Parts: sequence; C-alpha cells; structure tokens
Amino acid sequence: MSAVVDTHGHDGHGHDAHGGGYHGAGGIMRWVTTTNHKDIGTLYLWFSFIMFMTGGAMAMAIRLELFSPGIQFFNPDLFNQFTTMHGLIMLFGAIMPAFVGFANWQIPIMIGAPDMAFARLNNWSFWLLPFAATLLVMSFFTPGGAPGVGWTLYAPLTVQMGMGMDLTIFAVHLLGMSSILGSINIITTILNMRAPGMTMMRLPLFVWTWLITAYLLVAAMPVLAGAVTMTLTDRHFGTSFFNAAGGGDPVLYQHIFWFFGHPEVYIIALPAFGVVSQVLPAFSRKPLFGYASMVYATSAIAILSFIVWAHHMYTVGMPVQGQLFFMYATTLIAIPTGVKVFNWVATMWKGSLTFETPMLFAIGFLFLFTLGGFTGLMLSLVPIDIQLHDTYYVVAHFHYVMVAGALFAAFAGVYFWFPKWTGKMYDETLGQWHFWLTMIFFNMIFFVQHFLGLAGMPRRIPDYPLIFETWNKISSIGAFGFGLTQLLFLYIILKAIRSGEKAPQKPWEGADSLEWTHLPTPVPYHSFETPPVLK
Amino acid sequence: MSPQQIADNRRMLTRLSIVAVFMFGFGYALVPFYDRICIALGINSLEVRAEPAANTQVDLTRTVTVEFDANSHGMPWRFEPKVRHMQVHPGQLVNVDYEVSNVRSAAVTGQAVVSYGPSLAGRYVRKLDCFCFTQQTLAAGEVRRMPVSFVLDATLPAGINTVTLSYTFFEVAGKS
Repeated sequence: MSAVVDTHGHDGHGHDAHGGGYHGAGGIMRWVTTTNHKDIGTLYLWFSFIMFMTGGAMAMAIRLELFSPGIQFFNPDLFNQFTTMHGLIMLFGAIMPAFVGFANWQIPIMIGAPDMAFARLNNWSFWLLPFAATLLVMSFFTPGGAPGVGWTLYAPLTVQMGMGMDLTIFAVHLLGMSSILGSINIITTILNMRAPGMTMMRLPLFVWTWLITAYLLVAAMPVLAGAVTMTLTDRHFGTSFFNAAGGGDPVLYQHIFWFFGHPEVYIIALPAFGVVSQVLPAFSRKPLFGYASMVYATSAIAILSFIVWAHHMYTVGMPVQGQLFFMYATTLIAIPTGVKVFNWVATMWKGSLTFETPMLFAIGFLFLFTLGGFTGLMLSLVPIDIQLHDTYYVVAHFHYVMVAGALFAAFAGVYFWFPKWTGKMYDETLGQWHFWLTMIFFNMIFFVQHFLGLAGMPRRIPDYPLIFETWNKISSIGAFGFGLTQLLFLYIILKAIRSGEKAPQKPWEGADSLEWTHLPTPVPYHSFETPPVLK
Repeated sequence: MSPQQIADNRRMLTRLSIVAVFMFGFGYALVPFYDRICIALGINSLEVRAEPAANTQVDLTRTVTVEFDANSHGMPWRFEPKVRHMQVHPGQLVNVDYEVSNVRSAAVTGQAVVSYGPSLAGRYVRKLDCFCFTQQTLAAGEVRRMPVSFVLDATLPAGINTVTLSYTFFEVAGKS
C-alpha cells in the first residue's frame, strides 16, 4: 500500500489539514489559488453548506408566514421572492455544488488519478460560484427586490420584473458556466485519467453516475443559458421570443426551460444514486447487486430524461396526443428507477448489516426517495396531474426527491467519507441523533403537504383558507425543527474537525473502493502520483 | 501528466466545448421548431378564425308558421314587414326586417309595442334583438329598415302551429 502513497514533506506553515504535503501560499490565498482537487472539493462542500443555510433561512421565513392564515410577517411580494430564491439557491447553490464537491474529492482517488484533468479550470469553475451567489443575494437589495417569479423564471413575468431579474439572469449564466466547465473536467478525468487496469466496468458506481450526470450537464445547461439569454434580450434589446405583443409566445419559454429542467432533476438525483450505491454495499458487507444493470439503468434514465419535459406543463393546452406521449415516456422512467431500487434492496438482502450514520441516511434515502418516486408516478398521469398541478402535492413530491433524495445522500456521503478526508471520526451518537431528528422533522414538514395538496391548497401563495391551518402549523413546526437540526450537523462536523478521535485506517469494514484499499487515512494532499497497480 | 495525456485531455476539452456551444444553439433552434410544430398541428395560431358556433338545439321535427303584422296607431308612418310569414323550426335563429317610413315633414319619435297571437305563445318567443327595445326617431321623409332576431323556444306547446308577431307603433308625445 505504501508504494502508492506520495511522500512529500510538510510545509512550514502548518496548513496541513489534509495530511501534509502542501507547498503553496498561506492563508486565504491558499484557497484562492489552489488547483488541488481535494482543496477544491472542500471549497465546494463548504460553499454548498453556506448556501444550504441561506436557502434554509428563506425556507424558515416561508414556513413562518404560512404558520397561520392571513398575512403576518412578509408582504406577498417578499414572500414570492423568498420562494423563488429558496428554489434557485437550494438547487444551484446547495445541492449541485455539494455533489460537485464529492466529485472533486472522490473521482480522482476512486479511479487512481493524481488530480482532475484540468486543475486550473477546476479552480475557476469553483470561484465563479461565490460571484453568482453574490449576484443572487444582491438582487434582494435592488429597486423592486429579487425576482418573485418562481425558480422556473417563467415568462412573461420575467420580462416585466425589475433589475433584480437581470442580476439573477447573470447569476444563472455564471452558475451554468461553472457547471459546464466542471462537467467537462469530470468527463475528461474519468475517460482519460483512469489508472491502468481500471476498466469502465470496474469503475465505482459513484464515478459512473457522475460521468452520466456530467454529460447531462453539458447537454442541458447551455439550453438554460439560451433561455435566460432570450429573456435578457426580450427585456433590453427589443426581441420578442416570449413577448406575445411582439409575436412571441410565453409557452415557448416553458418548453425551452423544461428541456433543461427535467434533465436537471436527474443531474441532481444521479450523483445521489451514486453515493447511495457506495454506502449501501459497504454497510451490507456485500458487493453491489446488479452492477451492470445499475450502469445501464442510469444511462436509460439519462436518455429518457430528454424526452419527458412537457410533463411539467400538461395544463398549458397542448394536444391530447402530446399529453399521451409525454405521459407514457414519463411512466417509462419508473422501470430503470425500479431496477435501481430493486438492486439496492437486493444488496442489503442477507447482508451483515450495521447501522452507522451513513447507512441510516442511505436507508432513509431508500425509503423516502421511493415514496417521492411513487408520487412522481402519480403526477406523471395527465388526469391526476391536472387536478394536482401547482398544489402542495407537487411541493411535497419534489421535496421527497430533492431533500430526502439528494440531501440525505449528501449527508450519507459526508459521514461516509469524512474519516477518509480528515483522518478524524465524527461523534457517532450525535450523528444518529442528526439522522433521526432529520428523518422525523422532514416527514413532519412534507408528508402533511400531500394532504394539503390533495385538498387543493395552491403553492406560492402566502395566505390560505382557515381549513388548511392545522396541517400548515404541523408543517411549519417540522420546518423549524428541521432547520435547527442542521445546526447540529454543523456542530458535529466542527467538533470532529477540532477534537474528533483519530480515524482507523479503514473505519468501514465493507468499503472496498480504491481510496479505502490503496490510500492511507487521512488521504495525503497528493495521492496516486504514481498510478496504483490493479489486478 | 505525460505530453500525450495532456494532448488527449485538450482534445476532449475541445470536443465537449463544441457540444456545449451546439446545445446553446439548440436552445435557439427550439424557437423556429416550436413555430413549425404549432403550424403543422394547427394549434396556437392567432390568425385562425373561430368556427361559427353551431346551434344544436333546433327541433327539426316541427315546423311552425310565423306571421308578421305591423300597424301604426294614429301616426304618420308607413310601417310594414318585408316578409308576411315564414316557416321556422323551434330553436332556429330567425332574422326578419321591418320597414318604416316617415311621411310627415318633421321628425317623429315612436315606440313599438308587440303583441302575440295566441297570447300564450308570447313567453316562447325569445327576442335577441328588436327595434321595439328602444324608441325610434325618424327625420322628415326618412325610410328605415329595422331587424328583429328571435328564437322560438323548443318547449313551445305542441298545439300551437301558428304564431303571430304584431307590432304597433305609438307616437311618443313631446319628442317631435
């Protein structure tokens, strides 16, 4: 094992958080100028956590206003701005960068590469993000405030909004550029930088899901960039893509947006599938069941995701043949997704299970993501969707796949790889508390929203009839609990960094990918400068 | 990294950048594509004239004779229907014209009052437009054509086979 461990000396500055071997600038400049995939991974993860807290604060504000019927704290304009920015920040600021952070940390050490293929480009991909986030938050302080149009940025409202909309458009451009550059880097790394003997069908599934995700990003992100550019030229340069008065069509915007938007759903979900596919086998002490079928199912989901976009817009008045096509194509996705869920369950079947925090989050993911998948299947059916369109049922559905899916998988990944990254163990008892509180409060927020949606409560409105009060109160209390619980997560991580016990070389018995078997714990700053030998 | 690997990575970077630029263009290509699809499917076009709404409530099994009558009560107006009688189906929209001419050398204002024969039929005549809804002022020697649009209600009792619409003009005092 030591044959492949890099042995650079320590630098004299004490910046050896990742096990030494760092030679560059000190202080903040280390992070600004770094080209090391581990440093950049860490930056991505901290950035996404800060954005998670920012978007979470807006979610708290939304639930505070919805605690009682009537208008209590925020005027409806500000409420709409909160829902819009909560969505944009959580998707583009929190979840996507979190998984790019995992990709940066894990892909090179899982495939036996010394670093990402384009190290400087990697630095730039990250440093675009804080500027994009600043633009988004700045829009609150412009005349007219942040856009209150919903995260989907639908025309014609976007054409009428104040200058906060322009800042948001530029932020989306920067975010898109960052994602595309990051994806090109990831694809190149996976295809060109694998250690000898690491064939495609030996790649850990996390790497496979990221390869497919990166292709989705390269194909879908530019389409979103096009859509917001059209909005920008409609606003300031006299074009009429979406302006009906000039011969444009607002429904066209929805088609272009969702052509990006549906692949985006899988851009978020697939890396989460990847993390869970690493965690479940490790704690079941069995190899992943049906590895090849997992790869094919992931590819099938990715391809199908490009032909189902209009299921987000059944109610725009499309011909019934169109509705039928998109309905059948959408329900078809349940098949590869079902293959995945089956394989995860089969991986656990007759395994020697233990339930440490990463495993708990992975099992929580499995339960709740599957539930979100079922409500998705219901919403894919035109007659049901027309009933439930724009109600809290949809809100409940996508939070089951975004929060209980992507966020739970991200937590599982952090707890799983944290000992490897830092050489410190987190507090297992607190980790379990974090899981159970998150699990209970999550369901308290969102399970009841199914009832609200079925009863007809519309989304994105700060007021509601008295009849919905009880479920909204329960949901709000759950939200406040959920928010506080995430402060516990911050505490667990900080405590582990400061005073965590030293992690054993291989803290998880069943983990068997390259970073566990071929690298010391913690991972040295430079790893696999000499490619590992794989038999 | 070996020079070979750097060159390989660069080539990959170029290819994937081309894909990204192509997809940006594809977003714009969706605009004309969307227009073509809408034209091909005949949806979403602002210029298509709406089909006139078809009346599905016509009772074709019955035919009723409607007679038109016109009188002027002590007025200098010549007043007569353009058609004396016609055959209509209950539920069918009927348009008829009356003609009135003022023979006095001064403007006269009149108000038409309708009566039905048999009087029971009155409630089954649904007038959509009628010159009797408003007062009419005719200048000296003026001739005017005036429409009546009505539907005979399909619930018209079976025993009624002839309906008479009789209009009488009365002069409105103080308006001349």
